[in-house]
Amino acid sequence: MTPKPVSDLARRLEHGLFTVTAEVTLPDSIEKKALVERAQMLEPYCDAINITDSTGAVPHFSNIAAASILIENDIEPIIQFSCRDRNRIAVQADVIGAYAIGVRNIFCVTGDGVQTGDHPEAKPVFDLDSVTLLTTINHLKTRGKFLSGRELDDKPNLYLGAAVNPFVPPFEERALRLLKKHKAGASFFQTQYCFDIERFKSFLDRLLGLTKGAPPPLLVGVGPLRSARFARWLRENVPGIDVPEHVIEKIEKYPRKEQQKAGVEACIEIVDAVKTLTGVAGIHVMAYNWEASVSEIVKATGLSKPERDN
Amino acid sequence: MNKIRAFESTYLFCLKILSGIIPVLGNKRPFMWFMVTSEKALKKPLFGCQMCGQCILHSTGMVCPMGCPKTLRNGPCGGVRSNGNCEIKPDMKCVWVRAWDNSTQMAVFSDSIKEIQPQLDHSLSGTSAWINDIGKKNDS
Repeated sequence: MTPKPVSDLARRLEHGLFTVTAEVTLPDSIEKKALVERAQMLEPYCDAINITDSTGAVPHFSNIAAASILIENDIEPIIQFSCRDRNRIAVQADVIGAYAIGVRNIFCVTGDGVQTGDHPEAKPVFDLDSVTLLTTINHLKTRGKFLSGRELDDKPNLYLGAAVNPFVPPFEERALRLLKKHKAGASFFQTQYCFDIERFKSFLDRLLGLTKGAPPPLLVGVGPLRSARFARWLRENVPGIDVPEHVIEKIEKYPRKEQQKAGVEACIEIVDAVKTLTGVAGIHVMAYNWEASVSEIVKATGLSKPERDN
Repeated sequence: MNKIRAFESTYLFCLKILSGIIPVLGNKRPFMWFMVTSEKALKKPLFGCQMCGQCILHSTGMVCPMGCPKTLRNGPCGGVRSNGNCEIKPDMKCVWVRAWDNSTQMAVFSDSIKEIQPQLDHSLSGTSAWINDIGKKNDS
């Protein structure tokens, strides 16, 4: 008998059901309400919600506290752990604590350098990298032991994920890196924002070749651009995001007031182009500070909840 | 022969010689001092060695991963710039872009870049990587 999936996300991806995840923008608020309102805007359209870990090296609402609030509201979180702020002691402590409050999906990333954020004078940790972060958590999961060998009373049954960025160099290496993370314990993957479909396809071809057509579940990261100016800012200032000029030009054709709509349409076009590709298990929508756009993108691409399971 | 191949051959030569010496002298203090001093003197100017004590140069295209501002040992982060430069130091080529390019030129260790490297043992910082590596192989 195959074991019961550890989370709804795991169940969907293991059964090959097309999956939609979305990232909630963590508010700079000291109230639960602000987070719950944003998450509830996403919930009807996605299967699980990513909670970032002070993304962009800017302090935000604690990821574990946010996960706890989502769980209270019957929303499944995918909690992101980065290597920037925690050493191996803190990581292991937080993982078992998160498990105890009901977290099952953990997503491991390297994390942006402190220079990217608003506290560039902070000391970066990077005791682990994304691969050893995975091996560390996988060690807890499969052996029920800390790295030191000290035993837990049980094994935390987690579903581990990792990031892949096919859109930046070294391009040839990116599929191999995904497989390295898979070997280290990652069961599913979400990509960085996809704006370059051709680049994504060549990555996918390489991945399909390396895995004999059976890659681990891969969700394509997408998101709407608010304006051409925002797209340029994103490209220049956020590491790892490549917005090709032709995408920006498409939005720039419209007057400023209509660019927001054009940005959503460009995102819909990208989802439509990638959703049926072999090797794509779902999409991951990152609409920074713009949760309302997610419903539009999901509906327009025929990926609403009952529809996408037919 | 290109530089990378030359470094690779030197590594293999040293491995052969030191595999014979370290099991005999590895725990003698003067020998330890000699190894630490030589590693510092050679690897620092050649590779920007930071004496982590767990050298994996031959698995990373002879590019020291400790030169990465995030000290990543298992491949590039997702923040590499489109010109192949570092997210944190925009004027520096990404260590892992160089490592990837170089490793494809290696004769023996070109596939080693795919291996999972364990987390660093920070207690070994400042010690001899050769003694740690060969000593560990002998122990296991």
